[in-house]
Amino acid sequence: MAAWRGWLGVGGARERCIRALIGDVESNRAAVRTLAVWCPDWPVIAAGGSVEQPGAVLQGGRIFACSAAARLDGVRRGQRRRDAQSRCPELTVYLHDPSRDARLFEPVAESVEALIPGIEIVRPGLIVVAARGAARYYKGELPLLARVAATVAGETGRDVQVGLADGIFTATRAAYSAQIVPPGESAVFLAPQPVRALDRPELADLLVRLGVRTLGAFAALPRADVLARFGPDAAYAHDLAGGFEARPPSARGAPPDLTVEMSLDPPVDRVDTATFAAKALAERLHERLAARGLACIRISIEARTESGEQLSRSWRHGGISTAGFAASAIADRTRWQLDGWLSGTIRAHDGRPASGLTFLRLVPDEVVSDAGRQLSLWGNDSSGVDDIERIERAVARVQGLLGPDAVATAVVGGGRELLDRVRLVSWGEPRAVLPGDSCPWPGQLPSPSPASVLVVSRPAVVAAVDESPVEVDGRLAVSAPPRWLRIDQRPSVEIVGWAGPWPLDVRWWDEHALRRRARFQIATADGTGWLLVFDGGHWLVEAVYD
Amino acid sequence: MFDTQQMPSSTGSAAVAAHTAAPFSPALLSPDLLERIGVSSLTSADAGVLPVPPPLASLFPGGGLRRGSTITVSRSPSLVLALVAPVSRRPGWCAEVGSPLLGSAAAAEAGVVLERFVRVAEPGVQWATVVASLLEAFDLVVVHPPARASQGDMRRLTARARERSAVLLVAGEWEGASVGLAVTRQCWHGLGAGHGFLQTREVEVQSLGRGAAARPQRVRVWLPGVGGSVSAARESAA
Repeated sequence: MAAWRGWLGVGGARERCIRALIGDVESNRAAVRTLAVWCPDWPVIAAGGSVEQPGAVLQGGRIFACSAAARLDGVRRGQRRRDAQSRCPELTVYLHDPSRDARLFEPVAESVEALIPGIEIVRPGLIVVAARGAARYYKGELPLLARVAATVAGETGRDVQVGLADGIFTATRAAYSAQIVPPGESAVFLAPQPVRALDRPELADLLVRLGVRTLGAFAALPRADVLARFGPDAAYAHDLAGGFEARPPSARGAPPDLTVEMSLDPPVDRVDTATFAAKALAERLHERLAARGLACIRISIEARTESGEQLSRSWRHGGISTAGFAASAIADRTRWQLDGWLSGTIRAHDGRPASGLTFLRLVPDEVVSDAGRQLSLWGNDSSGVDDIERIERAVARVQGLLGPDAVATAVVGGGRELLDRVRLVSWGEPRAVLPGDSCPWPGQLPSPSPASVLVVSRPAVVAAVDESPVEVDGRLAVSAPPRWLRIDQRPSVEIVGWAGPWPLDVRWWDEHALRRRARFQIATADGTGWLLVFDGGHWLVEAVYD
Repeated sequence: MFDTQQMPSSTGSAAVAAHTAAPFSPALLSPDLLERIGVSSLTSADAGVLPVPPPLASLFPGGGLRRGSTITVSRSPSLVLALVAPVSRRPGWCAEVGSPLLGSAAAAEAGVVLERFVRVAEPGVQWATVVASLLEAFDLVVVHPPARASQGDMRRLTARARERSAVLLVAGEWEGASVGLAVTRQCWHGLGAGHGFLQTREVEVQSLGRGAAARPQRVRVWLPGVGGSVSAARESAA
């Protein structure tokens, strides 16, 4: 420990600052009895899997979640797909879709909320709620637990596990083993658990290499040394490991002026439009918080329709960390919430709301002082989160000027025609890969592709040596070798090389959509390559290899 | 928010201590240590110059796209894509304003990472504002200026690029560019009389600029060469 401090060169001023921070925490350690409701392996269940069937959800080529049956076969979170499949060949693989997870979780949230008000969704699959009042009402903690488990399972048909303990972190761990941890015994309960439970892979990895394998051993380290060596987030994790209050140390009610709201006129009834509005709103909230050096760890999103229906939901920042919601994360949560509502999966409202949204409000329920992020030593961290934030902000400004669809990235997929191959995906929407994208497409143009693709084809004239127009007949015979190319009213250029016709029968099975065309590649004397089609007696320029 | 460019002096007391002892430079550290602390490359004054395909490097003073500079490329979309590709793979962020025609399939084949190549195809009358906003954050912005672009707009955007250390790559005419590239000769190979297909292209690219780049430079390259990449062509070819 001493060596680390020497390396960082902790000086007097910094020491004092750290001591002040510790003092702040010592005075703030009254834990709240918390009930956690956990749906095991929710991403898999939401995707349509079940506990008994081996199933897994993939994100970015790695296992994001897997079912209990898959885990028995050795499938683990973070594995590559092929490693997982080699251990468990019958594994069903689903794609990760956070909005689906959130949408399907809504009935479970409703069901818990009907029993205990004031729930917080940590992430789809995990709800926490303060339990003291409810435990009194249901005459004890055990009856409360039984009641919640039975009601939720009965109403929604989902597997749930519930746990009760001091603070959110301990309650969550208790829910994983379906236990009640008596008040004040968090440290004892947590001590034998592995450091991976902190959900901070990098820190856990480091601790294991240092020989600190359990939460108990981690909690036994001096807090000031942990803070000095690993930073505020690790110090916070250290608190968690010791069974102290799970809310970040300086959490407090937000002053009311941080709330941002927006009236929508005309009313909005499409999720993407509402999300776009929410994004702007989230930006505003983020700016307000940043101006005060705060980060938001719990946020309420309230929406109201023209006819007065309301939906409000609280979201807690996933990692129970001190980092807080980024603006894009707030927008995502708004989308999930509204997605569920506007597409009508929430029972209480009896399907879709009757009219469009007219009002949106973001209330930061809990804020902490923003501990910031450690930047890389020489700046220029081009893969960094900071970079993404700058890009997001620049793009949002352009979207504000031109509309959400004006900024896009391209996805090159399958298809025979040039324009069919490229899909433009608006910024912020998922860049989905369609099933046909990686399949071979016979009849596709050979690579290299043309650098300019005309959106509207331009008429051209192709002539033979004797200036007579070149034509292609129904049997794909070319009337004469093409020699001259004229586009618009410009002078003719000589053709030095050509290939074709390459027939293209599009939708021949559909009488109305069928098109029969012949493609040609042509090189002209000025060094330019052209892609021409002969379509119904006319020549058209489709693309230029320039 | 913090500007990463200005942070190094406050990132740790260790770095500060080193500063007081001697003028500190990352180059003083052993390559082994640099790798361990995650600084990959410090060659060619990495911070100031964005990479270009090696055969094209001799066209640019400094061997690459100098941050803050404005560069024109006249009438060769494939050359534009060839310049975007290494920047997007760096990994940096690139944007394009005002060209709905630029082929995305060709971009992908040229090696452009499409998720980091943001396209604003139809900026309309607000094009200058859009380009200015993008220059704030992106490493490289490709702009196809409309015919009515005013000199005032051009000067402002050039200044903005310089101020934000971004590269403004103009596909067209522009006032005050530091380097101008033009394809002076090109020839496609692979096409016969009724057979074959367009496979490779030989181009001669000329650069003309101010200051260090005032002398015209000329290179012959395959764009694309065999396998789709940019490669140097022999002088005697064609």
